[in-house]
Amino acid sequence: MSHLAKDMTPDVTWKDITPGCNIFEGGTSAAVETGDWRTMRPVIDWDKCRQCLLCAPVCPDLSIPVGPDGKRGEFNYFFCKGCGICSNVCPFGAITMVKEAK
Amino acid sequence: MSYSLKENLMKEERLSGGHRMCAGCGSPIAVRTVLRALEPEDKAVVCSATSCLEVSTFMYPYTAWKGSFIHNAFENAGATISGVETAYKVMKKKGQLDDTWKFIAFGGDGGTYDIGLQSLSGAMERGHDMVYVCYDNEAYMNTGIQRSSSTPHFADTTTTPAGTVIPGKLQKKKDLTKIMVAHGIPYVGQTTFIGNFKDISEKAHRAIYTPGPAFLNVMAPCPRGWRYPSEKLMKVTKAAVETCVWPLYEVIEGKYILSYEPKQKKPVEEYLKLQGRFAHMFRPGNEWMIRQVQEEVDRNWEALLTLCNL
Repeated sequence: MSHLAKDMTPDVTWKDITPGCNIFEGGTSAAVETGDWRTMRPVIDWDKCRQCLLCAPVCPDLSIPVGPDGKRGEFNYFFCKGCGICSNVCPFGAITMVKEAK
Repeated sequence: MSYSLKENLMKEERLSGGHRMCAGCGSPIAVRTVLRALEPEDKAVVCSATSCLEVSTFMYPYTAWKGSFIHNAFENAGATISGVETAYKVMKKKGQLDDTWKFIAFGGDGGTYDIGLQSLSGAMERGHDMVYVCYDNEAYMNTGIQRSSSTPHFADTTTTPAGTVIPGKLQKKKDLTKIMVAHGIPYVGQTTFIGNFKDISEKAHRAIYTPGPAFLNVMAPCPRGWRYPSEKLMKVTKAAVETCVWPLYEVIEGKYILSYEPKQKKPVEEYLKLQGRFAHMFRPGNEWMIRQVQEEVDRNWEALLTLCNL
């Protein structure tokens, strides 16, 4: 049977999983939404953002992508857990944390 | 080549989102920064000791690691990665592999300062071409904030609860970085997250590309265990460096090099007051604890300056 993460549904029994729980693909956690943990949502004001990129390396959830042009893009809200480090580190006050709507 | 944050961030990330570390955790920040220090054409095998990092990034069938990852047990990350490195050397010699692979182990302070110390010490002594990165969050956070030998003096943890009988942890923090220096290995660095990440990125690159064993000790704050609001992470690491609680330095071939000297060394209160685990030290009658911590920090800092000026 397939041992790809996408085929590992709750119906798969222990007899059919890989020996030693080996995983034969990389980065399969990208399918897992952790954004639903969030209570506060970072919102960027592009008029204030000066692309200094200080917010990008501090993100524990890799939610601030930097493109091949060397500029940061929109937040990846699929992963962002709303910790607020980026908002605190921004020297221009471009990122504000707002309460997540239910 | 001089460091550029922009160029550093344009490199491919080798850790994926969707891992289940807490919001605001310091350890994935350490991991992704260290892995970005790899040259894009090089591959890496990552090993992790049992830790928050391991249980949260590798939950079958989901892995947050884009490359090869191996977990064995709590106490043997050093032994495991050294075995993988030896197998690589043999395969390379037999012509079965062409690519360049690097070998990086990650461990928390529990898996490094305490439980994995013998296996780490053995790996360093045998001289494997590897890097061991300790992300030091100063307690066993994964199991609920129990004290480790890395927990600082007077810190409140679930096994050293500060109250009327004991003032938090009774013992001082173990200086693992200096223990690793004593192994006589070619590279040892101590760092954390500061400003544009120049310090940690350059140290990680040197650690990975120095032939032979290297050790990197990275302070990685834990908002849950240190009890500070998660958004203050960079404020906490900055205070640790500015108060000289966590000095930034490296030791290359036995030579101590100070990476950063604060213009005005700040009093330790600046660091302690940010964190709930030290809150009891600010109650009336407990001033002696702060005085004692200040004395310890001053002594360690002076000793480090002496070593750097040798």
